[in-house]
Amino acid sequence: MAKFVSIEEAVALIPDGASIMFGGFMGCGNAHKFVDALSKSGKKDLTMICNDASMPGGPMGEDYYGVAKLVHNKQIKKLVATHVGLNPEVATQSMTDKTLEVVLIPQGSMAEMIRAGGAGLGGVLTPTGVGTIVEENPYCLGKQTINGKDYLLMAPILADFAVIAGYKIDKAGNVWYKGDTSNFNIVMATAGATVIAEAEQVVEIGDITPEDVRTSGVFVDYVVEGGLY
Amino acid sequence: MENVKAFIAARVAKELKDGDVVNLGIGLPTLVPAYLPESVHVTLQSENGIIGTGAVTDANRDPIHVVDAGGSASAVGNGGSFIDSSVSFGLIRGGHVDATVLGGLEVDEEGSLSNWIIPGKKMPGMGGAMDLLVGAKNVIVAMEHTAKGAPKILKKCKLPYTAVKCITKIITEMGVMVVTDKGLVLAEYNPEFTVEQIQAATEATLIIPSDLKPMV
Repeated sequence: MAKFVSIEEAVALIPDGASIMFGGFMGCGNAHKFVDALSKSGKKDLTMICNDASMPGGPMGEDYYGVAKLVHNKQIKKLVATHVGLNPEVATQSMTDKTLEVVLIPQGSMAEMIRAGGAGLGGVLTPTGVGTIVEENPYCLGKQTINGKDYLLMAPILADFAVIAGYKIDKAGNVWYKGDTSNFNIVMATAGATVIAEAEQVVEIGDITPEDVRTSGVFVDYVVEGGLY
Repeated sequence: MENVKAFIAARVAKELKDGDVVNLGIGLPTLVPAYLPESVHVTLQSENGIIGTGAVTDANRDPIHVVDAGGSASAVGNGGSFIDSSVSFGLIRGGHVDATVLGGLEVDEEGSLSNWIIPGKKMPGMGGAMDLLVGAKNVIVAMEHTAKGAPKILKKCKLPYTAVKCITKIITEMGVMVVTDKGLVLAEYNPEFTVEQIQAATEATLIIPSDLKPMV
Protein backbone atom coordinates (compact mmCIF):
# COMPACT_ATOMS: atom_id res chain seq x y z
CA MET A 1 0.00 0.00 0.00
CA ALA A 2 1.39 3.36 -1.00
CA LYS A 3 2.64 5.45 1.89
CA PHE A 4 2.06 9.20 1.86
CA VAL A 5 5.17 11.14 2.88
CA SER A 6 6.56 14.66 2.56
CA ILE A 7 8.90 15.51 -0.31
CA GLU A 8 11.75 15.87 2.20
CA GLU A 9 11.07 12.40 3.63
CA ALA A 10 11.05 10.93 0.12
CA VAL A 11 14.32 12.63 -0.82
CA ALA A 12 15.86 11.28 2.39
CA LEU A 13 15.24 7.73 1.12
CA ILE A 14 17.80 8.22 -1.64
CA PRO A 15 21.41 7.40 -0.77
CA ASP A 16 24.43 8.80 -2.61
CA GLY A 17 25.27 6.55 -5.55
CA ALA A 18 21.68 5.37 -6.10
CA SER A 19 20.34 4.54 -9.54
CA ILE A 20 17.13 6.44 -10.24
CA MET A 21 14.74 6.32 -13.16
CA PHE A 22 12.94 9.58 -13.85
CA GLY A 23 9.82 9.54 -16.00
CA GLY A 24 9.39 12.44 -18.35
CA PHE A 25 10.29 13.73 -21.77
CA MET A 26 12.10 17.06 -22.07
CA GLY A 27 10.85 17.86 -18.58
CA CYS A 28 7.22 17.06 -19.46
CA GLY A 29 6.24 14.46 -16.89
CA ASN A 30 9.23 14.96 -14.59
CA ALA A 31 8.36 14.92 -10.88
CA HIS A 32 9.13 18.63 -10.65
CA LYS A 33 8.90 19.33 -6.92
CA PHE A 34 10.71 16.14 -5.94
CA VAL A 35 13.48 16.85 -8.45
CA ASP A 36 13.75 20.41 -7.19
CA ALA A 37 14.18 19.17 -3.60
CA LEU A 38 16.65 16.48 -4.70
CA SER A 39 18.66 19.11 -6.59
CA LYS A 40 19.06 21.07 -3.34
CA SER A 41 19.84 17.99 -1.23
CA GLY A 42 23.52 17.57 -2.06
CA LYS A 43 22.95 13.89 -2.96
CA LYS A 44 25.64 12.87 -5.40
CA ASP A 45 27.11 10.18 -7.66
CA LEU A 46 23.64 9.31 -8.89
CA THR A 47 22.93 7.20 -11.95
CA MET A 48 20.05 8.82 -13.80
CA ILE A 49 17.98 6.77 -16.22
CA CYS A 50 15.77 9.17 -18.14
CA ASN A 51 14.81 9.73 -21.75
CA ASP A 52 16.82 12.96 -21.76
CA ALA A 53 18.47 15.54 -19.52
CA SER A 54 15.69 18.08 -20.16
CA MET A 55 16.99 21.55 -20.93
CA PRO A 56 17.88 24.91 -19.52
CA GLY A 57 15.05 27.38 -20.01
CA GLY A 58 11.72 25.81 -19.05
CA PRO A 59 8.30 26.77 -20.42
CA MET A 60 7.52 28.93 -17.36
CA GLY A 61 10.88 30.69 -17.45
CA GLU A 62 12.68 28.18 -15.21
CA ASP A 63 16.48 28.54 -15.44
CA TYR A 64 16.82 24.76 -15.47
CA TYR A 65 13.81 22.62 -16.19
CA GLY A 66 13.11 19.34 -14.39
CA VAL A 67 16.02 16.89 -14.31
CA ALA A 68 18.30 19.51 -15.92
CA LYS A 69 18.72 20.81 -12.34
CA LEU A 70 20.40 17.57 -11.29
CA VAL A 71 22.85 17.81 -14.19
CA HIS A 72 23.50 21.48 -13.49
CA ASN A 73 24.29 20.73 -9.84
CA LYS A 74 26.67 17.93 -10.95
CA GLN A 75 24.82 15.27 -8.97
CA ILE A 76 24.81 12.78 -11.83
CA LYS A 77 27.74 10.45 -12.36
CA LYS A 78 26.17 8.34 -15.06
CA LEU A 79 23.31 9.13 -17.40
CA VAL A 80 21.43 6.52 -19.41
CA ALA A 81 19.31 8.36 -21.98
CA THR A 82 18.15 8.47 -25.58
CA HIS A 83 18.78 12.13 -26.41
CA VAL A 84 20.78 14.77 -24.55
CA GLY A 85 21.24 17.35 -27.30
CA LEU A 86 18.97 20.01 -25.83
CA ASN A 87 20.95 20.23 -22.59
CA PRO A 88 24.42 21.56 -23.48
CA GLU A 89 25.70 20.91 -19.95
CA VAL A 90 25.68 17.18 -20.71
CA ALA A 91 28.19 17.67 -23.54
CA THR A 92 30.34 19.91 -21.32
CA GLN A 93 30.39 17.44 -18.43
CA SER A 94 30.79 14.31 -20.57
CA MET A 95 33.10 15.45 -23.36
CA THR A 96 35.04 18.42 -21.94
CA ASP A 97 35.17 17.83 -18.17
CA LYS A 98 34.77 14.03 -18.46
CA THR A 99 32.95 13.91 -15.13
CA LEU A 100 29.74 12.41 -16.52
CA GLU A 101 29.39 9.04 -18.24
CA VAL A 102 26.65 8.96 -20.86
CA VAL A 103 25.14 5.81 -22.34
CA LEU A 104 22.80 6.41 -25.27
CA ILE A 105 20.06 3.91 -26.10
CA PRO A 106 17.40 4.13 -28.83
CA GLN A 107 14.19 5.50 -27.35
CA GLY A 108 11.96 2.58 -28.27
CA SER A 109 14.54 0.10 -27.02
CA MET A 110 14.89 1.96 -23.73
CA ALA A 111 11.14 1.98 -23.14
CA GLU A 112 10.93 -1.73 -23.82
CA MET A 113 14.07 -2.60 -21.81
CA ILE A 114 12.54 -0.87 -18.78
CA ARG A 115 9.22 -2.58 -19.43
CA ALA A 116 11.06 -5.92 -19.63
CA GLY A 117 12.85 -5.19 -16.36
CA GLY A 118 9.60 -4.39 -14.61
CA ALA A 119 7.81 -7.36 -16.16
CA GLY A 120 10.37 -9.95 -15.14
CA LEU A 121 11.66 -10.60 -18.64
CA GLY A 122 15.28 -11.41 -19.45
CA GLY A 123 15.64 -8.93 -22.30
CA VAL A 124 14.22 -7.51 -25.47
CA LEU A 125 14.80 -8.58 -29.07
CA THR A 126 14.50 -5.54 -31.29
CA PRO A 127 15.48 -4.80 -34.90
CA THR A 128 16.38 -1.25 -33.84
CA GLY A 129 20.10 -0.60 -33.91
CA VAL A 130 21.12 -3.57 -36.06
CA GLY A 131 24.22 -2.61 -38.07
CA THR A 132 24.89 0.48 -35.92
CA ILE A 133 27.19 1.19 -32.98
CA VAL A 134 24.32 0.26 -30.68
CA GLU A 135 25.71 -3.26 -31.17
CA GLU A 136 28.72 -2.14 -29.06
CA ASN A 137 26.50 -0.69 -26.32
CA PRO A 138 27.03 -2.19 -22.84
CA TYR A 139 23.32 -3.03 -22.75
CA CYS A 140 23.49 -4.98 -26.03
CA LEU A 141 23.96 -8.69 -25.25
CA GLY A 142 24.27 -9.97 -28.81
CA LYS A 143 22.44 -10.51 -32.06
CA GLN A 144 19.94 -13.17 -33.03
CA THR A 145 18.33 -14.11 -36.31
CA ILE A 146 14.69 -15.10 -36.09
CA ASN A 147 12.74 -16.08 -39.21
CA GLY A 148 15.50 -14.58 -41.33
CA LYS A 149 15.48 -11.17 -39.65
CA ASP A 150 18.23 -9.81 -37.39
CA TYR A 151 17.50 -8.55 -33.90
CA LEU A 152 19.62 -7.13 -31.08
CA LEU A 153 19.22 -8.67 -27.64
CA MET A 154 19.00 -5.74 -25.24
CA ALA A 155 19.28 -6.18 -21.47
CA PRO A 156 16.42 -5.37 -19.13
CA ILE A 157 16.80 -2.16 -17.11
CA LEU A 158 15.94 -1.90 -13.42
CA ALA A 159 16.87 0.74 -10.86
CA ASP A 160 17.01 1.31 -7.12
CA PHE A 161 14.32 3.98 -7.46
CA ALA A 162 11.77 5.09 -9.99
CA VAL A 163 10.49 8.63 -9.59
CA ILE A 164 7.30 9.17 -11.52
CA ALA A 165 4.83 12.03 -11.85
CA GLY A 166 1.06 11.90 -12.10
CA TYR A 167 -1.52 14.66 -12.21
CA LYS A 168 -3.98 12.99 -9.85
CA ILE A 169 -3.04 10.20 -7.48
CA ASP A 170 -5.64 8.71 -5.19
CA LYS A 171 -5.12 7.50 -1.64
CA ALA A 172 -4.55 3.97 -2.89
CA GLY A 173 -1.67 5.24 -5.04
CA ASN A 174 -3.50 4.91 -8.36
CA VAL A 175 -2.21 7.36 -10.95
CA TRP A 176 -3.96 9.43 -13.62
CA TYR A 177 -1.71 11.25 -16.07
CA LYS A 178 -2.54 14.52 -17.79
CA GLY A 179 -1.73 15.13 -21.45
CA ASP A 180 1.32 13.23 -22.70
CA THR A 181 3.07 13.17 -19.32
CA SER A 182 2.59 9.41 -19.09
CA ASN A 183 5.51 8.82 -21.52
CA PHE A 184 8.20 6.87 -19.60
CA ASN A 185 6.38 7.15 -16.25
CA ILE A 186 4.21 4.13 -17.01
CA VAL A 187 7.03 1.66 -17.65
CA MET A 188 9.30 3.12 -14.98
CA ALA A 189 6.61 2.69 -12.33
CA THR A 190 7.11 -1.06 -12.78
CA ALA A 191 10.91 -1.12 -12.76
CA GLY A 192 12.11 0.68 -9.65
CA ALA A 193 12.85 -1.35 -6.52
CA THR A 194 11.28 1.61 -4.70
CA VAL A 195 8.76 3.75 -6.55
CA ILE A 196 8.13 7.35 -5.55
CA ALA A 197 5.18 9.05 -7.24
CA GLU A 198 4.62 12.79 -7.17
CA ALA A 199 1.03 13.99 -7.50
CA GLU A 200 0.01 17.46 -8.53
CA GLN A 201 -3.20 16.64 -6.67
CA VAL A 202 -3.92 13.89 -4.15
CA VAL A 203 -7.55 12.78 -4.49
CA GLU A 204 -9.90 10.42 -2.69
CA ILE A 205 -10.32 6.80 -3.69
CA GLY A 206 -13.04 6.76 -6.34
CA ASP A 207 -12.14 10.17 -7.76
CA ILE A 208 -10.17 8.35 -10.44
CA THR A 209 -12.43 5.71 -11.94
CA PRO A 210 -10.78 2.27 -12.18
CA GLU A 211 -10.98 2.48 -15.99
CA ASP A 212 -8.89 5.64 -15.96
CA VAL A 213 -6.11 4.34 -13.70
CA ARG A 214 -3.00 3.92 -15.85
CA THR A 215 -0.50 3.06 -13.11
CA SER A 216 -2.01 0.89 -10.41
CA GLY A 217 -1.24 1.79 -6.84
CA VAL A 218 0.25 -1.67 -6.33
CA PHE A 219 3.38 -0.43 -8.12
CA VAL A 220 3.72 2.69 -5.97
CA ASP A 221 5.59 2.68 -2.65
CA TYR A 222 5.53 6.36 -1.72
CA VAL A 223 3.36 9.28 -2.80
CA VAL A 224 4.33 12.91 -2.36
CA GLU A 225 2.05 15.84 -3.06
CA GLY A 226 3.82 18.43 -5.18
CA GLY A 227 0.89 20.72 -5.84
CA LEU A 228 -0.15 22.11 -9.21
CA TYR A 229 2.82 23.00 -11.37
CA MET B 1 16.40 29.11 -55.17
CA GLU B 2 14.69 31.41 -52.71
CA ASN B 3 13.25 29.08 -50.14
CA VAL B 4 14.89 25.68 -50.44
CA LYS B 5 13.26 24.21 -47.34
CA ALA B 6 9.75 25.21 -48.43
CA PHE B 7 10.38 23.77 -51.90
CA ILE B 8 11.51 20.43 -50.44
CA ALA B 9 8.63 20.33 -47.94
CA ALA B 10 6.09 20.97 -50.70
CA ARG B 11 7.43 18.04 -52.72
CA VAL B 12 7.50 15.75 -49.67
CA ALA B 13 3.83 16.56 -49.04
CA LYS B 14 2.94 14.83 -52.32
CA GLU B 15 4.27 11.55 -50.88
CA LEU B 16 1.68 11.44 -48.11
CA LYS B 17 -1.66 9.77 -48.72
CA ASP B 18 -5.05 10.41 -47.19
CA GLY B 19 -5.36 8.38 -44.00
CA ASP B 20 -1.63 7.91 -43.44
CA VAL B 21 -0.19 7.82 -39.93
CA VAL B 22 2.91 10.01 -40.17
CA ASN B 23 5.81 10.88 -37.91
CA LEU B 24 7.72 14.04 -38.77
CA GLY B 25 11.24 14.76 -37.56
CA ILE B 26 12.32 18.10 -36.15
CA GLY B 27 13.12 20.99 -38.51
CA LEU B 28 12.32 20.89 -42.22
CA PRO B 29 9.90 17.91 -41.93
CA THR B 30 7.59 19.92 -39.67
CA LEU B 31 6.93 22.28 -42.63
CA VAL B 32 5.34 19.45 -44.66
CA PRO B 33 1.72 19.54 -43.34
CA ALA B 34 1.30 23.13 -44.56
CA TYR B 35 1.61 21.83 -48.14
CA LEU B 36 -0.92 19.01 -47.94
CA PRO B 37 -3.93 19.49 -50.22
CA GLU B 38 -7.29 19.84 -48.46
CA SER B 39 -8.31 16.37 -49.60
CA VAL B 40 -5.42 14.71 -47.77
CA HIS B 41 -5.83 14.18 -44.04
CA VAL B 42 -3.00 12.50 -42.19
CA THR B 43 -2.71 11.53 -38.53
CA LEU B 44 0.48 12.97 -37.10
CA GLN B 45 2.16 10.95 -34.41
CA SER B 46 4.57 12.40 -31.88
CA GLU B 47 6.76 9.62 -30.50
CA ASN B 48 6.69 10.95 -26.94
CA GLY B 49 3.04 10.02 -26.79
CA ILE B 50 0.52 11.72 -29.08
CA ILE B 51 -1.46 10.08 -31.85
CA GLY B 52 -3.19 12.81 -33.83
CA THR B 53 -1.50 16.05 -32.90
CA GLY B 54 -3.54 19.21 -33.34
CA ALA B 55 -2.97 22.94 -33.46
CA VAL B 56 -1.88 24.71 -30.28
CA THR B 57 -4.32 27.50 -29.38
CA ASP B 58 -4.53 29.94 -26.49
CA ALA B 59 -7.31 27.75 -25.08
CA ASN B 60 -5.48 24.42 -25.15
CA ARG B 61 -1.87 25.52 -24.69
CA ASP B 62 -0.39 23.55 -21.76
CA PRO B 63 3.38 23.20 -22.15
CA ILE B 64 3.67 21.56 -18.72
CA HIS B 65 1.56 18.58 -19.74
CA VAL B 66 1.48 18.44 -23.55
CA VAL B 67 4.66 18.71 -25.61
CA ASP B 68 5.88 17.42 -28.95
CA ALA B 69 8.99 15.35 -29.61
CA GLY B 70 11.08 18.51 -29.59
CA GLY B 71 9.85 19.48 -26.13
CA SER B 72 7.73 22.38 -27.43
CA ALA B 73 4.07 22.94 -26.54
CA SER B 74 1.80 20.70 -28.56
CA ALA B 75 -1.83 19.63 -28.54
CA VAL B 76 -3.96 16.64 -29.41
CA GLY B 77 -6.56 17.06 -32.16
CA ASN B 78 -10.12 15.76 -32.30
CA GLY B 79 -10.12 11.97 -32.34
CA GLY B 80 -6.54 11.80 -31.14
CA SER B 81 -5.14 10.09 -28.08
CA PHE B 82 -2.29 10.08 -25.62
CA ILE B 83 -0.17 6.96 -25.26
CA ASP B 84 2.89 6.04 -23.23
CA SER B 85 6.40 5.57 -24.64
CA SER B 86 6.23 1.78 -24.79
CA VAL B 87 2.97 1.78 -26.76
CA SER B 88 4.26 4.62 -28.93
CA PHE B 89 7.33 2.71 -30.01
CA GLY B 90 5.32 -0.47 -30.37
CA LEU B 91 3.28 1.53 -32.88
CA ILE B 92 6.47 2.62 -34.62
CA ARG B 93 8.41 -0.65 -34.69
CA GLY B 94 5.27 -2.67 -35.31
CA GLY B 95 4.71 -1.16 -38.73
CA HIS B 96 1.69 0.96 -37.79
CA VAL B 97 3.32 4.20 -38.95
CA ASP B 98 2.88 4.62 -42.71
CA ALA B 99 5.56 7.23 -43.25
CA THR B 100 8.29 9.08 -41.47
CA VAL B 101 10.04 12.17 -42.80
CA LEU B 102 13.39 13.14 -41.35
CA GLY B 103 16.58 14.95 -42.17
CA GLY B 104 20.03 13.50 -42.66
CA LEU B 105 23.66 14.46 -42.28
CA GLU B 106 24.63 11.73 -44.74
CA VAL B 107 22.72 9.17 -46.76
CA ASP B 108 24.12 6.55 -49.08
CA GLU B 109 23.25 4.55 -52.16
CA GLU B 110 22.35 1.50 -50.07
CA GLY B 111 19.62 3.54 -48.41
CA SER B 112 21.46 3.90 -45.11
CA LEU B 113 21.30 7.08 -43.06
CA SER B 114 23.56 8.84 -40.57
CA ASN B 115 22.09 11.72 -38.62
CA TRP B 116 22.60 11.20 -34.92
CA ILE B 117 26.21 11.63 -33.95
CA ILE B 118 29.48 13.24 -35.01
CA PRO B 119 32.00 11.31 -32.89
CA GLY B 120 34.01 13.51 -30.56
CA LYS B 121 32.10 16.64 -31.63
CA LYS B 122 28.37 16.26 -31.29
CA MET B 123 26.79 13.44 -29.35
CA PRO B 124 23.14 14.46 -29.03
CA GLY B 125 21.80 10.91 -29.17
CA MET B 126 19.48 9.04 -31.47
CA GLY B 127 16.25 9.69 -29.61
CA GLY B 128 13.55 7.83 -31.51
CA ALA B 129 15.18 8.05 -34.94
CA MET B 130 16.61 4.51 -35.04
CA ASP B 131 13.23 2.99 -34.18
CA LEU B 132 11.41 5.15 -36.73
CA LEU B 133 13.81 4.21 -39.52
CA VAL B 134 13.48 0.53 -38.78
CA GLY B 135 9.73 0.54 -38.21
CA ALA B 136 8.03 3.03 -40.54
CA LYS B 137 6.79 1.56 -43.81
CA ASN B 138 7.93 4.52 -45.88
CA VAL B 139 11.10 6.36 -44.87
CA ILE B 140 11.53 9.72 -46.61
CA VAL B 141 14.70 11.72 -46.10
CA ALA B 142 14.08 15.41 -46.72
CA MET B 143 17.23 17.50 -46.79
CA GLU B 144 19.29 19.98 -48.74
CA HIS B 145 21.28 18.19 -51.40
CA THR B 146 24.69 19.32 -50.17
CA ALA B 147 26.23 20.78 -47.01
CA LYS B 148 28.08 23.97 -47.99
CA GLY B 149 28.70 22.43 -51.40
CA ALA B 150 29.95 19.09 -50.08
CA PRO B 151 27.90 16.03 -51.13
CA LYS B 152 25.65 14.48 -48.49
CA ILE B 153 24.46 11.67 -50.75
CA LEU B 154 27.42 9.30 -50.63
CA LYS B 155 28.43 5.88 -51.86
CA LYS B 156 28.73 4.87 -48.23
CA CYS B 157 28.04 6.90 -45.09
CA LYS B 158 31.17 7.88 -43.17
CA LEU B 159 29.46 8.89 -39.92
CA PRO B 160 28.00 6.22 -37.63
CA TYR B 161 24.75 4.88 -39.04
CA THR B 162 21.37 5.69 -37.61
CA ALA B 163 20.02 2.70 -39.51
CA VAL B 164 21.12 0.65 -42.49
CA LYS B 165 19.18 -0.01 -45.71
CA CYS B 166 16.09 1.74 -44.44
CA ILE B 167 15.41 4.71 -46.76
CA THR B 168 12.64 4.62 -49.36
CA LYS B 169 13.17 8.04 -50.98
CA ILE B 170 15.48 11.03 -50.72
CA ILE B 171 13.95 14.40 -51.60
CA THR B 172 16.17 17.46 -52.03
CA GLU B 173 15.96 20.78 -53.88
CA MET B 174 17.66 19.04 -56.82
CA GLY B 175 15.53 15.97 -57.23
CA VAL B 176 13.76 12.88 -55.96
CA MET B 177 15.90 9.78 -55.58
CA VAL B 178 14.43 6.33 -55.04
CA VAL B 179 16.47 3.65 -53.28
CA THR B 180 16.49 0.41 -55.29
CA ASP B 181 18.46 -2.85 -55.17
CA LYS B 182 20.60 -1.51 -58.01
CA GLY B 183 21.30 1.86 -56.37
CA LEU B 184 19.84 5.35 -56.36
CA VAL B 185 17.46 6.13 -59.20
CA LEU B 186 16.93 9.82 -59.99
CA ALA B 187 13.18 9.61 -60.55
CA GLU B 188 12.59 13.36 -60.76
CA TYR B 189 14.87 16.34 -61.28
CA ASN B 190 14.43 20.03 -60.62
CA PRO B 191 14.61 21.71 -64.07
CA GLU B 192 16.60 24.56 -62.49
CA PHE B 193 19.50 22.11 -62.59
CA THR B 194 20.88 19.84 -65.29
CA VAL B 195 21.27 16.14 -64.62
CA GLU B 196 25.02 16.68 -64.87
CA GLN B 197 24.89 19.34 -62.13
CA ILE B 198 22.86 17.03 -59.91
CA GLN B 199 25.32 14.17 -60.41
CA ALA B 200 28.24 16.52 -59.73
CA ALA B 201 26.67 17.41 -56.35
CA THR B 202 26.21 13.72 -55.53
CA GLU B 203 28.98 11.28 -54.60
CA ALA B 204 26.82 8.22 -55.23
CA THR B 205 26.31 7.32 -58.87
CA LEU B 206 22.77 8.19 -59.87
CA ILE B 207 20.89 5.84 -62.15
CA ILE B 208 19.08 7.95 -64.77
CA PRO B 209 15.90 6.23 -65.95
CA SER B 210 14.51 6.68 -69.44
CA ASP B 211 11.33 8.14 -67.95
CA LEU B 212 13.08 10.80 -65.83
CA LYS B 213 10.49 13.44 -64.96
CA PRO B 214 10.70 17.04 -63.81
CA MET B 215 9.87 17.57 -60.14
CA VAL B 216 6.21 18.35 -59.67
